[in-house]
Amino acid sequence: MTTTLPERQATPPAAPAGGPSRPPASRRRAFTRRRALTIAAFLAPAFVVVAVFTYYPMLSGSLGAFRTWTIYNVAEQPWTGLDNFRGVLTDPLFYGTVGNTIVWVIGSIVPQFVIGFALALWMRRKFRFRGIYQALVFFPWAVSGFLIGVLFRWMFNSEFGVINDLLMRSGIVDSPLPWLATPALAMPAVIIANVWYGVTFFAIMILAALQSVPDELYEASALDGAGKLRSFWHVTVPYIRTTLALTVLLRTIWIFNFPDLIFGMTGGGPGGRTHIVTSYMISITQQGEYGRASALGLIVMLVLAIFAVFYLLATREKKEAYR
Amino acid sequence: MITTQSRVGKTVRIVALGIWLIITLFPLYWIVVTAVKPRRDIYAFPVEYWPQTFSLENFVNLFAVSNFGTYLTNSIIVSVVAATLVTLISLLSGYVIARFEFHAKSAVLMAFLVTQMIPGFIALGPLYQLMVDLGLVNDRTGLVLVYIAMCIPFSTIMLRGFFENVPDALEEAAMIDGCSRLGALFRVLVPIMTPGIVAAFIFNFVSCWNELFLSVTLMTSDANKTVPTALNGFITSYNIDWGSMSAAAVLTIIPTMVLFAFASKYIVQGLTSGAVKG
Repeated sequence: MTTTLPERQATPPAAPAGGPSRPPASRRRAFTRRRALTIAAFLAPAFVVVAVFTYYPMLSGSLGAFRTWTIYNVAEQPWTGLDNFRGVLTDPLFYGTVGNTIVWVIGSIVPQFVIGFALALWMRRKFRFRGIYQALVFFPWAVSGFLIGVLFRWMFNSEFGVINDLLMRSGIVDSPLPWLATPALAMPAVIIANVWYGVTFFAIMILAALQSVPDELYEASALDGAGKLRSFWHVTVPYIRTTLALTVLLRTIWIFNFPDLIFGMTGGGPGGRTHIVTSYMISITQQGEYGRASALGLIVMLVLAIFAVFYLLATREKKEAYR
Repeated sequence: MITTQSRVGKTVRIVALGIWLIITLFPLYWIVVTAVKPRRDIYAFPVEYWPQTFSLENFVNLFAVSNFGTYLTNSIIVSVVAATLVTLISLLSGYVIARFEFHAKSAVLMAFLVTQMIPGFIALGPLYQLMVDLGLVNDRTGLVLVYIAMCIPFSTIMLRGFFENVPDALEEAAMIDGCSRLGALFRVLVPIMTPGIVAAFIFNFVSCWNELFLSVTLMTSDANKTVPTALNGFITSYNIDWGSMSAAAVLTIIPTMVLFAFASKYIVQGLTSGAVKG
């Protein structure tokens, strides 16, 4: 990942210490000050906007988690200690959404990874129209998660849905299934939509990793008499292991943060059975329970921070590996 | 022996890739087909895989029953303005991060990366409160500002990657010839990097065009709604009109698909070179 590649040394070279051509101290100081000003000026617009509209709300939200704060008392928000957290943790729906989230993340990421890996292996060898193929299978990324939810809501429609039609034509079911209205079927349906959406990302990331494996390694292992399967396990997998780990971690975070599709497809229903923690949090916010939503948000941030630490540790490992 | 085996392998490969292509494109095909069917054929079971009669009834109806033209205008204005400003701002920040070494650099990068892992919707309530205080609720300017903040981190990281592919000798030469740093950036680097900058613009545009939760929160009056906000309204209504819905979906998807087709190569490059998108 770029952020971890060895940084270029693009700074104007420092004058050799004590050298004969060393400029006077005042000029050097002016130069450093100028340089610092340039850096600050170029970064300032980006930083100010992000600070005001991203960091400030997050910060005040974190404080709001410890206040009584609903849409009805915006003027005055008394401190309440841990009441909001107690509210979240005693809410029976919360535990249901935690379970749903685990099913949603694991149920989505495993098939995405397996299918994505297979596609990447198949796409590795050049074929005619590979560029066009790659652009076509990339299309889901142009569509919002919400709209994808809407498309699949229509395809999974119980009365007029094309998926029921296909299942009945192929004799798998006898009568239409009410997919999104049945608690046991709704989660599999949203997971199918999410797998469809996420496979391409894995395929493209893994394909890029595969293409980074030097051909000489394969040639060497072929000379040593390794078959395809052996060179896959002993050359390919070890070489791209870190990239695989990074991609899986990144996707875990991302799928965890992906209520968009659920909002478009089921809105969390039936009876909260497809609510994941983040979509549940948004629905609490939309009911105007800002304090409780913020408490839940803080819990979510903690979980994400744990994943982020793993992610950053893994990138560091990759950086070391490339040294 | 080896040739037949590899021929079998090749066939398996082509068939598998073909199946995945069909699976990928089918939902798109299906929404387009639904949109051009007359109402009675949409609500038919078993379903029609190829429309017997083509009709633009759904599109006409969409504009008749809702202010879809207004929503489209809002979305276009907000997305174009926000994407333009984001691209400009992150040209500067991406440039500095690519070209300079400074103490706070890793902290700055970390500050940006964190926003990619913690989604913006985590603080919808406080953001709404802030926008109420600033008088920017139901205001396109407010949404533009929020979208700029949303897009800056990824855009910065993406453009930084593109800057790193351009040797710094070019702008150094320009600066020796008397160009200011800003002048060198815009007169020398920007023309070389045009494809990458266009890709970043497109990515930012599509992110704004598709955004739902922030706009649902901030744009509550009908005259200010963007397309995703309006679609959310359609879908939460008691009875979804799938004719208008599919027509609206098609009109929403087409622009982003066209833009992505132009930029997908660069966006793939940006994604795989490690810019995090959350």
